[in-house]
Amino acid sequence: MNDSSAAAAAASAVTGAGESQGMNYLVSLPRRIVTVYAPLAAFLIVLLFPFYWMIVTTFKPNEELLSREGNPFWVKNPTLAHVKKLLFDTAYPDWLWNTILVSVTATFISLFASVLAAYAVERLRFRSARYVGMSIFLAYLVPPSILFIPLAAVIYKLQLFDTRLALILTYPTFLIPFATWLLMGYFKSIPIELEECALIDGATRLQILVKIILPLAVPGLISAGIFAFTLSWNEFIYALTFVSSSEVKTVPVGVVTELVEGDVYHWGSLMAGALLGSLPVAVLYSFFVEYYVSGLTGAIKE
Amino acid sequence: MVARPKATQQTALARALDHRGVLGAMFMLPAALLLLVFLTYPLGLGTYLGFTDAKIGRPGHWIGLENFEYLWGDAVTRLALFNTLFYTVVASVIKFGLGLWLALLLNKHVPFKAALRAVVLLPFIVPTALSAIAFWWIYDSQFSILSWGLLKLGLIDQYIDFLGQPWHARFSTIAANIWRGVPFVAITLLAGLQTISPSYYEAASLDGASPWQQFRYVTLPLLTPIIAVVMTFSVLMTFTDFQLIYVLTRGGPLNSTHLMATLSFQRAISGGSLGEGAAIATAMVPFLLAVILLSYFGLQSRTWQQGGTDK
Repeated sequence: MNDSSAAAAAASAVTGAGESQGMNYLVSLPRRIVTVYAPLAAFLIVLLFPFYWMIVTTFKPNEELLSREGNPFWVKNPTLAHVKKLLFDTAYPDWLWNTILVSVTATFISLFASVLAAYAVERLRFRSARYVGMSIFLAYLVPPSILFIPLAAVIYKLQLFDTRLALILTYPTFLIPFATWLLMGYFKSIPIELEECALIDGATRLQILVKIILPLAVPGLISAGIFAFTLSWNEFIYALTFVSSSEVKTVPVGVVTELVEGDVYHWGSLMAGALLGSLPVAVLYSFFVEYYVSGLTGAIKE
Repeated sequence: MVARPKATQQTALARALDHRGVLGAMFMLPAALLLLVFLTYPLGLGTYLGFTDAKIGRPGHWIGLENFEYLWGDAVTRLALFNTLFYTVVASVIKFGLGLWLALLLNKHVPFKAALRAVVLLPFIVPTALSAIAFWWIYDSQFSILSWGLLKLGLIDQYIDFLGQPWHARFSTIAANIWRGVPFVAITLLAGLQTISPSYYEAASLDGASPWQQFRYVTLPLLTPIIAVVMTFSVLMTFTDFQLIYVLTRGGPLNSTHLMATLSFQRAISGGSLGEGAAIATAMVPFLLAVILLSYFGLQSRTWQQGGTDK
């Protein structure tokens, strides 16, 4: 690099960070702060503030919540009163249990159906497998907000209205297309020669699936499982429509419909409800970030 | 295609079960059953209901296009259509801009990159209904922390009624939607950015390309296919959004934030007019199809262009 052009280069050497040479990197450090770290910090503050605010509100006594004096960003006298109220005076524990039950069951049902379907489409290659694959992708694009009205009619006809089973059976409609699509990608990456060897050795297709494909597709199964679990945990419109008794509600629906009644909003327990309802997915997610991200991007990338 | 073992001890039944057609059908059965009963059939039923006067608890009669004619003349439905388009366009454009920016930032060499990426995605993974409640509290007309902050900074002289006035409410709900959507766009685009080989940038900088030129002529063209897919999903999710509006405003004030989805819920479930609600939901389908087709054909021409320029 010429001396004459060094200044100009330094000014423009912000991108390609990893490849920039030592001197350039030093010169452009102040610029890096302005162009990289400051915006990144701003993004983080905005993206995380609502969670911080949830936590702060959960532990604030009512006097502090409703006063405009003092520093609102900190809790002076932390209290567990809101959490206690939530856990002992409302049906929140029921909702939590329902959400866990529905999410886990729907996830396992969907995984089971998706593994079989993905294997059939990707490896058995029966006639019209291509069209089945296509229609599964199309099913993936059908949004719940155009399905919930006729689905409510179906649920009613099957006499499943106001039961957990209604949710357990309807959640797979958005879980199976996604999970199948994701698993098809994983199965595709497993060498077909492995299967051919097993076939020559006399293994049946079912044995191949259980003993060869599934062990190799464990990362895919975890990705699909984690993703399906969070999707079910977050589901709202079906749970709002198909269930009406308090003891069958899920956390998102229960918090929104039952804690909000009346004119006086109990912000403390509302935020406690939101926080406790978000924690399980957040914790699970934090253990499986890589799997979650690969599920998210894998499902998008085809 | 595949060598098939002719083991003599195999019974006819076992052989039949191992036949790809039979086995394929059996393997497809659980998924197909669930999807046909709870997805395909309702999809058809929903379209049919849109042409009937069904109410909750009363099967409807075929009334042709009456629902659609009524809705076309209905001021609230027209407003909801406008709101939905406004909400989708504004939120999607901003989500794309901010998401791409965040993805580019996260793609640089910064400390704690993996942790940052994990944290950034949090708004997307927690239940929307619950984070919407946090926004409800943040937007509260009397105790809003935003108003408090702006007041202390001297930028406003009274608390803002974020959700009480039509345009305030529109932009407040859009802001909450953007908050939730940016991480999705950013993380998926980041995955796309990571697949671009650094050698392109080396070649470009050797040729004297400025950072902007590198972005414009290397990053953007290579990222276009994934941008198209990600934005299709983002637009579909925004267009059919329900929870955020339901929690924050229930469509108010004065129906100014009603989206097609919330309106169809109000008419069908709260109001009991299944047919009318189903008609509103059906009316969303052409828009969804248009978006999907647009991205599908846009994507095709783009990949063709790339193939053309690469060679």
